[in-house]
Formats: sequence, C-alpha cells, structure tokens
Amino acid sequence: MTATADPSGVLPLDKAPDTSDLVMLSVPHLHCAGCIGKVERALNALPGVEEARVNLTLRRVTAKASLPPEALVDALANAGYEAHALDTGIVEKASDPMGRDLLLRMGVAGFAMMNVMLLSVAVWAGAPGVTREFFHLISALIALPVVIYSGQPFFRSALSAVRARGLNMDVPISLAILLAAGMSLFEALYGGHHVYFEAAVSLTFFLLIGRYLDHRTRAAARSAAKELSALEIQTAQRMEDGRAVPVPLSDLRVGDEVLVPTGTRVPVDGDLLSGEAVTDRSFLTGESRPVMTARNEPVRAGEINVGAPFRLRSTAVGEDTSLRRVARLVEEAENARNSYTGLADRAAQIYAPLVHVLALVAFVGWIIASGDVRFAMNVAIAVLIITCPCALGLAVPAVSTAAIGKLFSLGFLVKSGTALERLAAVDHVVFDKTGTLTRPEIGLQAEGFDAEAQSVALALAQQSSHPVSRALAARLSHATPADVTDVRDVPGCGVEAKLDGVPVRLGRADWTGATGEGLCLRIDQTIIPLNQEETIRDGAEEAVAGITAQGLSTELLSGDAEAPVSAVAQDLGITDYHAGISAEEKHARITAHSGHVAMVGDGLNDTAALAAAAASVAPSSALDASRNAADVLIMRDELNALPALFTVARKARAISYQNFAIAACYNLIAVPIALAGYATPLIAALAMSTSSLTVLVNALRVRRVK
Amino acid sequence: MNVLMVLIPISLLLGGLGLAAFVWTLRSEQFSDPEGDAARILLDDDER
Repeated sequence: MTATADPSGVLPLDKAPDTSDLVMLSVPHLHCAGCIGKVERALNALPGVEEARVNLTLRRVTAKASLPPEALVDALANAGYEAHALDTGIVEKASDPMGRDLLLRMGVAGFAMMNVMLLSVAVWAGAPGVTREFFHLISALIALPVVIYSGQPFFRSALSAVRARGLNMDVPISLAILLAAGMSLFEALYGGHHVYFEAAVSLTFFLLIGRYLDHRTRAAARSAAKELSALEIQTAQRMEDGRAVPVPLSDLRVGDEVLVPTGTRVPVDGDLLSGEAVTDRSFLTGESRPVMTARNEPVRAGEINVGAPFRLRSTAVGEDTSLRRVARLVEEAENARNSYTGLADRAAQIYAPLVHVLALVAFVGWIIASGDVRFAMNVAIAVLIITCPCALGLAVPAVSTAAIGKLFSLGFLVKSGTALERLAAVDHVVFDKTGTLTRPEIGLQAEGFDAEAQSVALALAQQSSHPVSRALAARLSHATPADVTDVRDVPGCGVEAKLDGVPVRLGRADWTGATGEGLCLRIDQTIIPLNQEETIRDGAEEAVAGITAQGLSTELLSGDAEAPVSAVAQDLGITDYHAGISAEEKHARITAHSGHVAMVGDGLNDTAALAAAAASVAPSSALDASRNAADVLIMRDELNALPALFTVARKARAISYQNFAIAACYNLIAVPIALAGYATPLIAALAMSTSSLTVLVNALRVRRVK
Repeated sequence: MNVLMVLIPISLLLGGLGLAAFVWTLRSEQFSDPEGDAARILLDDDER
C-alpha cells in the first residue's frame, strides 16, 4: 500500500497509513453540524486518539487511534451516540476509483461542451464564410479528443453487447456520438454548413450524468451492505492451553475447542463439551423460546448463547457449517431473481432496433430521392442524434437516484434500481412474526411482580451486563432501583444481593430454587417467575393498516405456535395467517403465489423466502444472510414508514413512464423534421437539451411524495 | 478577425483553467462527503 494510491481525504495522514491503527465506527444517528462537532470533540478528547473525522454522508467516523474500538464506542455512548465498530478489513476506504473516473470524464465533456457551444452560437447567429470554417475547425480540435476520451464508458459497453450479439442502449448512443463526430469532421474539412460537434459533446455530457448517478446509487448501496457485514467482527474464542484466545473465524479448524461467551453467536458447528447450553435458535426455527442442549449433543453455527458461557469441540467450520449451507441455497435463489431485466433495458431492446432502422430508411430514402450521399448521411445522423435515448440513459437513473435518496431519508436502504421496479409491482405482502413484527421481551405481567419487586429486579438487573439483564433493566426504566448491598454476579446463573439483610436473587429458574426454565426473581422465600413475552414492534400496526389501505393483501407466515401467531395477527388486523410454517413451506408458498409477492422477514428461516419473493424487505437487525438476500433494509427500529416504501416505488415507476412519454413526444415532433431534411444542428441541440432537462426536472418530483 | 485570434485562445484558456480546477477538486476528494462539508461550515472553529 502506498500513500499516493490512497489520497483519501477522510483522514489526512502524515505517514503511510497503518490500517491496524485505523478505527472505523458506524454512527447511524449522525445528522447535523452539531453532531459532527460533538462526536469529533468527544473522540479527540480521548488520550490515544490522534485524529477523528466524521463522514456525514456515510454516517461513519474514521479515527487514528491506539485504543481498541470498544473504548471509542463507549466514549460515543457517553456523548449520546450509538456507535458500532466496523471491521476495517471489509469496509473499503471512502475513495471510489470508478466514480471518480466517471466524474472526470463528465467534467471534461462539460467544459468542452461550454467551449464548443460558444463557437456554435456564433455560427448559428450567422457567422459568414471563412470565420465559420475556422470556428468549425477549432470545434473539431476540442470535440474529437473529448468524445474519444469521455465516450469510452459507452463504447466499451456497446462493444461488449455487440460481441455478445445483442443490443443495449449504449449501441445507439455510441453510434450517434461517433457518427456525429466523424461526419462533422468531414463537413468541417470540406467547408460544409452544418457540423454536429456540440451535439456529440453535449450528448456525451448528459449521458455521463445519468451514468454517474446510476453508479453512485449502486456504490452507496453496496458500501452500506458491506458495512453491515463488517459490523459482525469475525473472531472466535479458541481455547489454547486453558486460555481463551481471540482468533479470526477463518483460522478455526475441525477439532478446535471453542469458547462461546454469553450473548454471542456460535461461530462453528460443534459438539458441546460443557454440561449444558441454552441457545436461541429463533433464526433457524422461528421459535422464540431458548433451547437447552446437553453435553455431547450438537450445537449449530448461528445460534445465540443466551445462557452461561460454554465450550464446544468444532465438527464443521467455515463453508461446511449449516449456516453457510443455507446461505448457499439463498445465493442460488438470488441468481434466479437477478435475471430480472430493468425497465430501461427492456425499453432499449425495443427502441434500439427501431432507431437504427429509422436512420437507415432515412439514409437509403434520401439517396434514392436526391442521389446526394453526403446529404443523405447528414439526415441519417440528425435522426440518430435526435432519437438518442436520453430518456433511457438519463431519466431512469435520475428517477431511481431521487427515489432511493427519498427512501434513505425515510430510513430505508434500497440495494438496486430494479428493486424499486419490482416493489412497484407488488400486490401481496407476506410478514414474518418473530423479530420482524414482534420483539421478544421479558413480561412485566407476572403474578406478584408489584412495584416493590420491580424495584428489586431493577437494582439487580443493573448490576449485570448479561443481555437479558440489560433488556429487563431497560424495560423497568420507570421504576426506582431498591437499595441493595453485597451484590455478587454469579456467571451463568444470575445476580444475588442483600436487601435489608434479606437475600435476593435474579437469574436462572433452577438457581433461584424454582422448577422449570426461564428467568426468576427470588425475594427471601418468594419466587416470582418472569415470563418471556412478545411485544409488537413500534409502528407495526400502522404499517399493516397503511399497506391494506393501499389495496395490497397481507399475510402472516410464522414458524411459531398457533396461539402467539393468532394473537399477533388479531392485534395487527391480519386475517390471513398460518402458524408452524417451516422455512421450506414459506419458500414454497411464496413461489406458488400467483401475484407479485413482497416478503418482510429477518430470520434464517425467512432467507430462502426473501430470495424467492419478487421483492424483499429485512430489518437491519436481521441475520447477515437475510440482509444479503433482501432488496431493502429497514434502518430504523419502527415499521411505520413501510407503506411509504411501496408508495414511493409506485410513484417512481409512474414518473419513469411519464419520462418515456415526454421523450416520445419530443421524438414525434423532431423526427419528422429530421427525416424531411430540415434538421439543423441548432434544432438538434435544442430538442436534445430541452428533452434531457425536462426528464431530469420531472425525475426530481419523486422527492415530493408525502 | 484579429480580435478573434486573441479572444479564442483566451476563452480556451479560461475553460482549461476551469477544467484544471475541477480536476483538482476531484483529486483532493472534495466529493467524498458532500453532506458533511455542507454542515461543517456551520461549526464554530473555536469549539472544535
């Protein structure tokens, strides 16, 4: 790595960048100048942080620090910002070579366009004889190198399409640009009246804008998806000589002894070495209750340890784990969906041959009519320039960029422009229950769990960093903690303390003296079992109501038992619900549905269904594989913006069609003029620029959807 | 005609200057965080 190859202004480094010192944090709630100031001040105040810089566009902080990322996360938490450490190996630097290349070509075309236009205006205004020829030659000198340099993205794409014996929209674009420039050079050298240099250059410029917008949308989605993968730092705890050593996941081998701390995902498939383990398998089965595994029984990768830390002997690692096997199935299903052809490409398949035939007919027709090959060539080129598919090359990317930007501000991350088109066609929405519409929580409705007991529970829960304790403490934030003494955290069991000399315990049922499973609170001799219950996610009700109001049908498919599923369905007003559905059944039901289905889900049991659906949505809390399979990620905790996703997608499609109609209108007026041989370079330039600008301005209307 | 011999090189030079300035902004990554740059102007330098 050299310093010159990495001029990332993100972090001005004096010496060659040392990635081990670079800490990257994702800070999703950054939104204003005040945030930038607060975050940078908080981090720069830490000893050991050399320079911290916020990138507001990416909601990301890059810092050069000798501290572990956790220290920076804590500092930001104190400043009031939720932050997540990112794996610097996965997230690329902010620089985007492809985007810069496109911008540079666009800039060159833009400046050349201004200069050539300046000369052309003089010619249009009636510059006579020698002056005109002189101006034409200067235009040629500017335009030819620029067209050759800036047009390359189109030429390359057109060439590869022709090699594959197909037509894409870059074929008519390239032909129009090259023929216009070539014919104009001939006219300029032989003192002709009409040259199309400014048309060739401005076509290149306008279309490069579209190409850049398209690239930026894709790059932003790609980097955000990568960022989510980078959130799960891929390390595991391997036991070496009785000590747990953190190692990269890729270093684990079959037969290694692996420690799984509380609250983390099991990294490999393996057999349990400890006495027992309690894990959350909801990502596999959809069932929200933790499952107990006994010694020597298998534990699968991806399960979350919700009990005491346990050790296991790995039996399958990396690509062989059950988690990866499911993920591979998903990739196969995704490939099937990638065969979807975008609106612009479908239109281009019809449009490109039409344009070529029209230009050819004009050429042959005028040779027969007038016998003048030069004039016939001029007419054919005018037809090609006027019909050049600006609406396809510029308007569709502009609409998707505007719509995706609008959705981003509503908390959605849309991965591709075609995802919008598929969302617009959706007529049936399938929801998953656990983790999507509901969130598992500890219930407060238990018998005997009065205000006093709640204050004791809060006091105990605050003393532990166990995820269950933290969830309980957050749930009890309305209570005041009781005054407890002699607090002791018993790993794997719970927390115990004394309240006015009376022993109190919060922890696993058997440890508190109760029978059964789950969490219990014990005050002296009284035992209060605290049940797991599900709460409906904020905004889920509005989401379902809003989607129904749009005339879409809804359905709830869950792997959970009948009773909780029907309760949630009734609360949300979903009449069509099915409980006890396995991952395969979900997939089969969605494939069998006759309409266009959107799947909203998060678990691994939804992943195949997400990939099979016409369009799919996953919360950002979803498993890695599900996030990869989904077209859209919900970046917020609430669901109430969900109906807007479909509204914006439909609006974007409507505006795309409008843009096609506008472009068609321009063609209807300008093409007959060109065919009749009356098209001057002035008319061509006017028709092209106004149609490009109209479709661009129209595209921006997507942002005004409520 | 003579005035053109002066003015055309000048216009080309000015266009070239603009292009050079654009290339410079591109090289120094001024497009990597447009939102942040827009917000930073509101920050008080003394506070940071």
